[in-house]
Amino acid sequence: MIGIIASVIDGILIGSVYGLAAMGLTLIWGVMKVINLAHGAIVVLGMFLLYIASITIGLPAYATIPVTIVFGFAFGVMLYWIAVHRMIGRAELMSLLATFSINMVLIGLGTAWWTTSPYNVPVAMPGVTWQGYTFTGTHIMAAVLAMVIAGLLYLLLYRTRQGKAIRAVADNREAAELSGIPTTQVLSFAFGLGVALACVSGTLIATLFPFTVLSGEAYQLKSFVVTVLGGLGNPAGALMGGIALGLIEGLATPFMPVSWIPIVEFGLFVFCLIAFPRGIFAFSKA
Amino acid sequence: MRLWLSTALTAAVIAAGPALAEDTITIGFTASQTGALNNDSTAQMRGIELWRDEVNAKGGIKVGDKSYKIVTVSYDDESQNTRVQQLYTRLISQDKAQFLISPYSSGLVATAAIISEQYGKVMVTTGGALEKTYQLGNKNLFQIYTGSSQYLAGALAALKEKNPSPKIAFVYEDDPFSKSVAGAVREMSKAQGLTLALDESYAGSTTDFSPIINKAISAKADALLGGGHYADGATLARQLNEQKAGMKWITLLVAPDSPKFAELGDAAVGISVPSQWEPQVTFKPDFGPTAGAFTSAFSAKYKIEPGYHAAGGYAAGLILQHAIEKAGSVEPDKVAAVLNQLDVTTFFGKTKFSTDPKQHGLQVGHQMVLAQWQKKGGKLVKEVIWPKDAKTADVVY
Amino acid sequence: MIPVWLRPFPWLVVAASLLYAFVPYFADNVQLRESLLLAAVYIVLASNLNLMIGFAGYVNFGNIVFFGLGGYTCLYLVNDLHWPVMVAALVGGIAVSAIALLFGLGILRLRGAFFALATIGVNQAIQQLVINFEPWGGATGIYLSLDSYGPLGGPMQALWTAYLLIVLMAALSLLGSFVIRNSKFGLGLLAIGQNEDAAAVLGVPTPLYKAMIYSASAFLPAVTGGLYFFKSGIIEPTSAFNLQTSIEAIVMVMLGGSGTIIGPALGAFLYEELRGFLLTAQAFSNFQLVIAGMLLLLIVLFVPDGFLGWVHRRWPRTRRWLE
Repeated sequence: MIGIIASVIDGILIGSVYGLAAMGLTLIWGVMKVINLAHGAIVVLGMFLLYIASITIGLPAYATIPVTIVFGFAFGVMLYWIAVHRMIGRAELMSLLATFSINMVLIGLGTAWWTTSPYNVPVAMPGVTWQGYTFTGTHIMAAVLAMVIAGLLYLLLYRTRQGKAIRAVADNREAAELSGIPTTQVLSFAFGLGVALACVSGTLIATLFPFTVLSGEAYQLKSFVVTVLGGLGNPAGALMGGIALGLIEGLATPFMPVSWIPIVEFGLFVFCLIAFPRGIFAFSKA
Repeated sequence: MRLWLSTALTAAVIAAGPALAEDTITIGFTASQTGALNNDSTAQMRGIELWRDEVNAKGGIKVGDKSYKIVTVSYDDESQNTRVQQLYTRLISQDKAQFLISPYSSGLVATAAIISEQYGKVMVTTGGALEKTYQLGNKNLFQIYTGSSQYLAGALAALKEKNPSPKIAFVYEDDPFSKSVAGAVREMSKAQGLTLALDESYAGSTTDFSPIINKAISAKADALLGGGHYADGATLARQLNEQKAGMKWITLLVAPDSPKFAELGDAAVGISVPSQWEPQVTFKPDFGPTAGAFTSAFSAKYKIEPGYHAAGGYAAGLILQHAIEKAGSVEPDKVAAVLNQLDVTTFFGKTKFSTDPKQHGLQVGHQMVLAQWQKKGGKLVKEVIWPKDAKTADVVY
Repeated sequence: MIPVWLRPFPWLVVAASLLYAFVPYFADNVQLRESLLLAAVYIVLASNLNLMIGFAGYVNFGNIVFFGLGGYTCLYLVNDLHWPVMVAALVGGIAVSAIALLFGLGILRLRGAFFALATIGVNQAIQQLVINFEPWGGATGIYLSLDSYGPLGGPMQALWTAYLLIVLMAALSLLGSFVIRNSKFGLGLLAIGQNEDAAAVLGVPTPLYKAMIYSASAFLPAVTGGLYFFKSGIIEPTSAFNLQTSIEAIVMVMLGGSGTIIGPALGAFLYEELRGFLLTAQAFSNFQLVIAGMLLLLIVLFVPDGFLGWVHRRWPRTRRWLE
C-alpha cells in the first residue's frame, strides 16, 4: 500500500512537469489552431540551455530558469515570423509540415553540434525520505517550479490586458481584430509564450534525468497525450492532464511491468481522441 | 577526423594503383562514435586502432614472405541498426573490405553478421556476447567475447557466499544482450534455489528509473542485478544512490567497467561488473603483448586506462592477424579454416571457437571475471573479486 | 474519357520500371541495387501515402505502421512457420489491410489534425505492443535464420529476387494510383479531399470510401515491408515503426507534388538519393536532416504543389502525359 502511495506521489511530481510541457503546445493550438510539431525540439533546446548554462558557464541550475523563459520567448517569436505566420488560416497540413520542418532543422543542427550522445547535468538537492522511499529534491523542486510557472501563466492570461487580448483572439480572431486588437502581434506573442513554456519545461526535465538530442520526441508524444486528456486549447486542462497522466503512470506501475505503461498511455490517447475530442477536463463551452 | 584520415588513406591507396593496393589488407568495421553506445564503442575502436598502429609500425601482417600494411576503413554507425546495415554493405561492396570486425553491442553485431554472412565475408566479432547470433546457421563468424549466458554466473556465486538467501531484484535493459543474460540468470537462480523478488525489464532509452527503483524497494530487495549498457547503467547507478535504495549488493552489466564510471563518485562504490578482461590479469600469451604491455601502451596513447571493451577490440585484431599469418593467405576460406582450429592464449585469455554448425563461432575458451569498484585510500579503484584464483582484492559487501 | 490502357502514362511507368529493375541486375552492380532498392521502398511508401493525403485529404502521420506490421507478419511466417517468403509477404499485406480497415473505422471519424494525431497514437501503441509481444521477439525483434534464403537459391540470389519484387511493388503502386484516380471511386475521393461535407451531401458515400482507401493504402506498403525486412534479415520495433521515416514519406509526397501520380514517386527518389549521398559523405551526414527540413519549409512556404506542380505550371503541355 505504501509502495502505491509513494508511486502515486512520484507520478504527481513528474506529472506537473509533463503538464508544464504540454501547456505550451495547447496554448499555441488554442490561439491559432496550429499544432507545433517542433515542440519536442524546443524541449531539447531547453535541456541543452541548462547544460550550457550549468556546465559551460557555471550558473547554478535553477538560475537558468528565467534565462530560458526569456530566450524561449524570443526564439518563439522569431520562429513565428519565419515559419508560422504565413500558415495561419491555410490548410492544417501546411502548418503541421511547416512546424515539422522547423523540428527537422533544429534536431539536425543539434545533432551536428552535440551528436546523439547522452548528456547529464548533475543537480544536487536534498530529498525527502518517507517509509524507505525517497523523493529526490530535484523532483520536488521541479514540480514546485512547474506549478509556480503555471500560476504565473494564469495571472498573465486572466489578469493582464495582453492576456485578455490573447483570449479574445483565441475565441474569435475577426471579432478581436474588429475591436482594435492587433491580432498578428498577439499571435506572435502567444507563439513566443508557448515556445517559452516548452523551453523551460525542458530545462526542468534536464535537472532530473540525462538527455540526448533525441529525447524531445518522447516528451512531445507525452505532451500530445496530455493535451488530448486536458483538451486542446485549454492550459489549465493541460496542467491537470499532466498530473492525471503522472497519476495514471504512478498507479499503474506497481501493478504491471513498467514496459506496458506506454501501451496504456497511447491506447488512452487514441481512445480520448475518438471519444472525448475536447478532453476529459474540458472547461470551455461547446 | 580519424574517419577522414582512414578514408583519405584508402582513397590514396586506391588512387596509387594496383601495385600499392597489393601491399595492404583492408579491414572494415563501424563504431558508434555518437549515440547512446558511444562511450564503450569508442574504447573498442581505440583498441582496434592501437593494434593496427603497433602492427604497421613493425612492418605489417606477414603473409608468406610479404608484409602487408593494415588499412582500416570505419564509419560512425550512430548506435543504430539501420546505419550498420547500410554501412557494412558499403564496406563490402564499395570499400572492398577483405575482412570485417563487428560493431560494438550485441544488437548491432547481429545486424552486421547478417550482412557479412550474406556476402560470405569473415567477420571477427567483439563487443557482442549474445549467443543467438551464432545459432542462426553462420559459416564465417568468430566471437571473441564470452557468451551472455555466463555473465552473471560469477556474480551470483560471489553473492551467495556473502548472503545465502538474498532478495534479488533483477532489473535489466530490454535489448537482445541483456535479455539473454536475463534468461540465463533465471535458470541459474532456479537451479540454485534463489527466488527473484523482482524481475523486470526497462526500455533502453529510459532515463527515469524511479518507478522501477520504488518497485525494488517495495519488494524489500537487498541485492540488485542487471542493467544493460553504459548510458542506462550509469543512470541507474546514480538514481539508486539518490533514492537511497539501500542495496547491499549491486552488479550491473557493462557500465561499471568503463573508467568513466568513476565519475559517479560515491554512487559507484561497491558496484560490481562482470568483465571480459581486467588490466590486472596474468595470462601468459602465446603471441602478442602481455596484459601489462597492452595496458601501458593504451594508457600512454589515450591517457586513460583500458577497460575490457578496448581489450576486446585489440584482441579481435590480434586473433585475425594471427590467423592470416598462420594461413599464409588472405583467402577467406583459408583464414576461416585456421580460425576454426585455433586454441590459443593471448593477453585477453584463452580463445577457442566452436565448430559445431549449430553454434559456429561461439567463444568456448574464454572465461569471465567479476570486478568491483572499491575505495582505496580515498580513490576509487577497480579490483577483481571473482573467481577466487584470479582475485586481487576481497569482496566488499 | 480515354480508357486507361490507351493513355501514355501507364506505359511510361512500365518502361521506367523495367529499366529500373533490370539495369542493375544485368550489370550485377550490388551498390546500385542497394541504393535503388531503398528508393523503391520509399516510392511505395510515398505513392500509397499519396492516396490518403493527395486524394482524400487525410494526413496519415503514422503510415509506417503498415510497413512495420507487414514486415513482422512476413518475417514471423517465414522464420517460425517456414512459409515461402512471397506467400508470407502477400498474407502480411492482406492481414494488415484488414487491420487497417478495423482501425480506420474508428479513427476516420476524426478530421484534420485530430486524425493526424490519432495515426501517430496508433503507430506508437502498436510499436509498444510489439515491444511487449514475446512471440515476435519483443524489444529484440526477429533475426532471420540464414537458411531461410535457401529456397530462393542462397542469400545472393535471394537479395536480387527481393529487389525485383520490390520494384514490382513500386510499379504496382504507381499503376494502382493511376487506375484509382481515373475511376469513379477516385473521383469521390478527390471530392472528399476538396470538401468532405459537400461531397457527402452530393451523395458520395464518404465513410465507406475513406475506409476503403485507408485499407487500400496499407496493402502494398505491408507487402513491401515483408520483402524489405526479409532482405535485411532482421526486424526490430524501433526501426520498424520509426515515426521519422513515416514523416519523411510525407515530405516526399509534398516534395514531388501531392495529388499527382508520379509526383510522390519522384519526390521519394530525389529525397532518397539526396539522403544517401549526404549519409556517406561523412561530413554532411548530420546535415541531412537540416537540409531536408529547410527543403520542406521552402516547399510549404513557396511551392506547396511540389515539384510536379511547378513543372505543370511552367510547361502546361506536360499535364497531359506526366501525371
